[in-house]
Amino acid sequence: MSMNSAPAIEASGLVKTFGGNRALDGVDLVVPAEGVFGFLGPNGAGKTTSIRVLATLSPPDAGTARVLGHDVVREADRVRERISLTGQFASMDEELTGFENLTILARLLGFTRAGARNRADELLDGFGLAEAGGRTVKTYSGGMRRRLDVAASIIISPDLLFLDEPTTGLDPRSRNQVWAIVRALAREGTTVLLTTQYLDEADQLADRLAVIDRGRIIAEGTPSQLKTSVGAGTVQVHVRDPARRSEAGRLLAEALGTPVQTGSDETALSARADDPGRASVALAGLARAGIDLTAFALAHPSLDEVFLALTGHRAETDTDTDAHTDAHADTHQEKTA
Amino acid sequence: MTTTPVPHGSAGLPDRALRDALATRPRPPRTGPLSASLTLAWRALLKIKHVPEQLADAIMIPILFTVMFTYLFGGAMAGSTHEYLQFLLPGTMVFAVLLITVYAGVNLKNDVTRGIADRFRSMPIWRPALLVGGLISDAGRNLLAAGLVVALGLVMGFRPAGGVIGVLLAVGLVLVFAFGLSWVWATLGLVLRTPSAISAVSFLVQFPLTFASNVFVDPQTMPGWLRTFVRFNPVSQLVEAVRGLMNGTAQASRIAAVLLASGLLVAVFAPLTMRLYRNQT
Ligand SMILES: Nc1ncnc2c1ncn2[C@@H]1O[C@H](COP(=O)(O)OP(=O)(O)OP(=O)(O)O)[C@@H](O)[C@H]1O
Ligand SMILES: [Mg+2]
Repeated sequence: MSMNSAPAIEASGLVKTFGGNRALDGVDLVVPAEGVFGFLGPNGAGKTTSIRVLATLSPPDAGTARVLGHDVVREADRVRERISLTGQFASMDEELTGFENLTILARLLGFTRAGARNRADELLDGFGLAEAGGRTVKTYSGGMRRRLDVAASIIISPDLLFLDEPTTGLDPRSRNQVWAIVRALAREGTTVLLTTQYLDEADQLADRLAVIDRGRIIAEGTPSQLKTSVGAGTVQVHVRDPARRSEAGRLLAEALGTPVQTGSDETALSARADDPGRASVALAGLARAGIDLTAFALAHPSLDEVFLALTGHRAETDTDTDAHTDAHADTHQEKTA
Repeated sequence: MTTTPVPHGSAGLPDRALRDALATRPRPPRTGPLSASLTLAWRALLKIKHVPEQLADAIMIPILFTVMFTYLFGGAMAGSTHEYLQFLLPGTMVFAVLLITVYAGVNLKNDVTRGIADRFRSMPIWRPALLVGGLISDAGRNLLAAGLVVALGLVMGFRPAGGVIGVLLAVGLVLVFAFGLSWVWATLGLVLRTPSAISAVSFLVQFPLTFASNVFVDPQTMPGWLRTFVRFNPVSQLVEAVRGLMNGTAQASRIAAVLLASGLLVAVFAPLTMRLYRNQT
């Protein structure tokens, strides 16, 4: 598909209410018909609800959406012919084998008996499930289930594939496998809309992304556009003596003129630097005060910080926040190195 | 942003095979309603192959009730077990089949809660296929239960005056009514929250309807108010028609009444189920 073809998704003013809860509160979204589009937001932001509306599973209460040029309500059938959905939770028959699951879906899509079996085998091979194909899905690990779920969605290559949190709960190796599949799909011409709560995932995979919070799109652009909109970067330091962290924080805040963030690591501090020049001044100030550092870095803002700046609250409230921020810092250093 | 290209195979996936699997190829023609429904009926059969326990009810209920009621009540209620069996067997068949129709709702509910229904709903297939496919495989289950009752009855000495034709027509009539009733459970499957709630409702409805009927005893012995209830109870109508067919004394009006009732159930509950299925959020 070429750059200037019509967008894969054009949604405007989508509203979806559950009881008194506005899960979607006027979602406007344009997704180009190319590459990977990241849809980022915390728990309950409305990611799954948006996907269900766009995949014709749930009609919006207000607003309109065109997917691949067809209205999701009036031309739902036309839309379904060209999209595929891998939902947030596994949607395979646990009692059946991986092979049987894929064969049934292929038959439903019009493959002949023999054609369906071949296609199932081909997908199992490609997704590293050849050996597990004859076992019931009940016995699969989380990563294997996820791959089977994705395989089931591409029995016929869709023009647009919705992946709802494809890597949540996967270990790094399984996550990398899913990422490899997503990249390969995008290379073969499928537009992928992927939701995630992981900022580093959006950063790694997405060509463009939208940030959703409380049922509204609060930002849209390339990952780097979103980052630069927040400022030049972040000064991250680790002090040798935890007792001096608060003193170091005061000095940093003075020199940078921005608030200081502290993580659960009692030696860590970070603060936004709008101007790289002031970052060096700040570090010099710490040295003058005799505060020893074990590490320091000037990082581009992470999407976590982007999120904080956009919404005024952090993206993730659960305990793995720090783990993720760290993971992000690592990948970032690899890239800049 | 330019994503760093990951060389094939780096994630532990077979590179050639992955590329082959993703390559676009011509799309097969769309399936029609019948073949989509049959595929989904085949899916239900595959599940039974993997979990044969699913058939426990369809096997145990017919055996248990035919044997138990015949020998338990036979002597007391009809003087001899042999005579009672002649009276009881058509009723047992109705009773056994109607009890297991609840699977129509339970299986649908499971597919909906596990997200499998969502996958089918997002595919370009005839939407009622999941429901119809389920009902086709349910018909197989119902046939098994009915067949077991008849086979067991024949072994125990049941001699239908209606002959082979009469028995086959009787089984057919029960399956038709069961099909109508299944739509009620399918509707409940989309309305109630859990599969066990559906089973509970089905027991609450079916027990009074089967026991306060002519399945087990002749209503002549009942008090007047109960006799009125029994007479208008649709299960009694069905049992009367089935007895007639098996005994060779069938009355067209009774059979027509059962067919009409089945048709009404379908006319009301099939569109209702479809509506609920389509409009899930
Ligand atoms: N079927 C439903 N009935 C009632 N409320 C719902 C339903 N589906 C979603 N909601 C509510 O709508 C809001 C958005 O939910 P949604 O599932 O779209 O969030 P999400 O971004 O996918 O979150 P998560 O990351 O946890 O998957 C939440 O407040 C949720 O409780
Ligand atoms: Mg979700």
